[in-house]
Amino acid sequence: MRSEARELGQPTGVQEAPAWQRHHLLDLDELTPREIELVLDTAEAMREVLSREVPRVPALRGVTVVNLFYEPSTRTRASFELAAKALGADVVNIAAEQSSVRKGESLLDTVRTIEALGAQVLVLRHWQSGAPYLAARHSRLHVVNAGDGWHAHPTQALLDIYTLRRHLGDLRGRKVVIVGDIAHSRVARSNAWGLTALGARVVLCGPPTLLPPALRPGEDEAAALPPLQVETDLAQAMEGADAVMALRLQRERMEGGLLPSLREYIRLYQVNGQRLARARPGALVLHPGPMNEGIEIAPEVAHSAQSVIQEQVTNGVAVRMAVLYLLTGGKA
Amino acid sequence: MPDSDSSKTAQGPSRLGVRGPFATPSPRQYVLMTADDIRRAVHRIAHEIIERNKGVEGVVLVGMRTRGVPLAHRLAEAIRQFEGQAVPVGALDIGLYRDDLPYLGLRPSLRPSDIPMDIEGKRVVLVDDVLYTGRSIRAALDALTDFGRPGQVQLAVLVDRGHRELPIRADYVGRNVPTSRREEVQVRLREVDGRDEVVLLRPPEEGEHEE
Repeated sequence: MRSEARELGQPTGVQEAPAWQRHHLLDLDELTPREIELVLDTAEAMREVLSREVPRVPALRGVTVVNLFYEPSTRTRASFELAAKALGADVVNIAAEQSSVRKGESLLDTVRTIEALGAQVLVLRHWQSGAPYLAARHSRLHVVNAGDGWHAHPTQALLDIYTLRRHLGDLRGRKVVIVGDIAHSRVARSNAWGLTALGARVVLCGPPTLLPPALRPGEDEAAALPPLQVETDLAQAMEGADAVMALRLQRERMEGGLLPSLREYIRLYQVNGQRLARARPGALVLHPGPMNEGIEIAPEVAHSAQSVIQEQVTNGVAVRMAVLYLLTGGKA
Repeated sequence: MPDSDSSKTAQGPSRLGVRGPFATPSPRQYVLMTADDIRRAVHRIAHEIIERNKGVEGVVLVGMRTRGVPLAHRLAEAIRQFEGQAVPVGALDIGLYRDDLPYLGLRPSLRPSDIPMDIEGKRVVLVDDVLYTGRSIRAALDALTDFGRPGQVQLAVLVDRGHRELPIRADYVGRNVPTSRREEVQVRLREVDGRDEVVLLRPPEEGEHEE
């Protein structure tokens, strides 16, 4: 075998630049479209791991993940726990009781204790908007926001976007309708950032009292949100939609006087078969859970062939694995 | 050393390279294998796989991402031509099994593994482009184990550049290339890079001047 070595001048093979440099995941408003896509692509590999008979790989061996939840949660906490364990990490769950202690001090004390115990990742859910930012500023832990107040729930939005992308492919120009209590929804907010970053058209729909003040008809101060379309008529909003996401209606909204009656909400804003028929044929139905069937979503829609609600739960584990994997890349 | 000539040619002509008085020294690049060399090596390895396994009954090919996968498909195609028998091909991503994960600054990007066939009891031929420290192969053996228990695992590589850090060796080698650790071997394949070639990148010497 003889080879002729030839000089070719400059090398042409340029190594792909690493795209993930972030230490925390606090919300999607700070992620570039490329970073969001990296999470989604990584989740694809994690989905393959989860499809195995023994869904476990050693990528996070020696890493300790602490789930610190100041709010009740079943699926998000379990999802993070399964994600961390599937990557071989150690997991500690702390359910902080609804504490009357003033927020600032007690949260930071807890965070510093967790850090001192040797954890590397803190998954934090807190009823106070901004709490994960505080934790991120005052510790060296990797902080993952698992839902803070009315502000953000980035991993939920990522799993919604991942689910949409699996079914629709490229999201550019796709119309996604989010229906319900937009004003108090961290899910809607994070989805709005993420979906618009990937080029989707987001339509927010709900009664004027449940829209964020900046988005109410007549207001033009929308600096706190990306470009969005707002619609108070659901039938109108659904016209030609590729997907619709119903948000959970919390009962305390009625007690707070924001809704005249449950019956009226159902009549005007429930995602039912008739309204879904105005969307594109085969349009997807999503819900972040837990569902109030018969209120924000009709049972026949929630369990229809168009519903991807169960798949959202499964995809949530894959997406959270991707987030944990990418975040722990750099040195703490 | 059957391939000692390649070590000579790898030195390359020293006077070619970066031109002009103000050019910053950049790695020089030498072609180790042309498209024809790669094709011949793939065909030879295909013959060797058939010969060593006395046919291809129970043989499966598993390419390691990224460039091991197109190589595995080429081997399968060659085997089909020579033996008239299709061999299953899978793809393995070892990103989640690397032992250097805690030391890497950033995460390697991942793609799903795709092992569509049962590897239980099979003769699995792992296929990779370059064999270097052996750590990728160790990770691949771990990853493979999670998909089943092969009867035997063999290793095919297009280039073996030496410098092993683990007791690992290849069963089928396209080309042995003695290298220094400062150099880099890049395998480029049509399916990934748009063309077929293997090149050696050599950083410029300390204080080197080009005419």
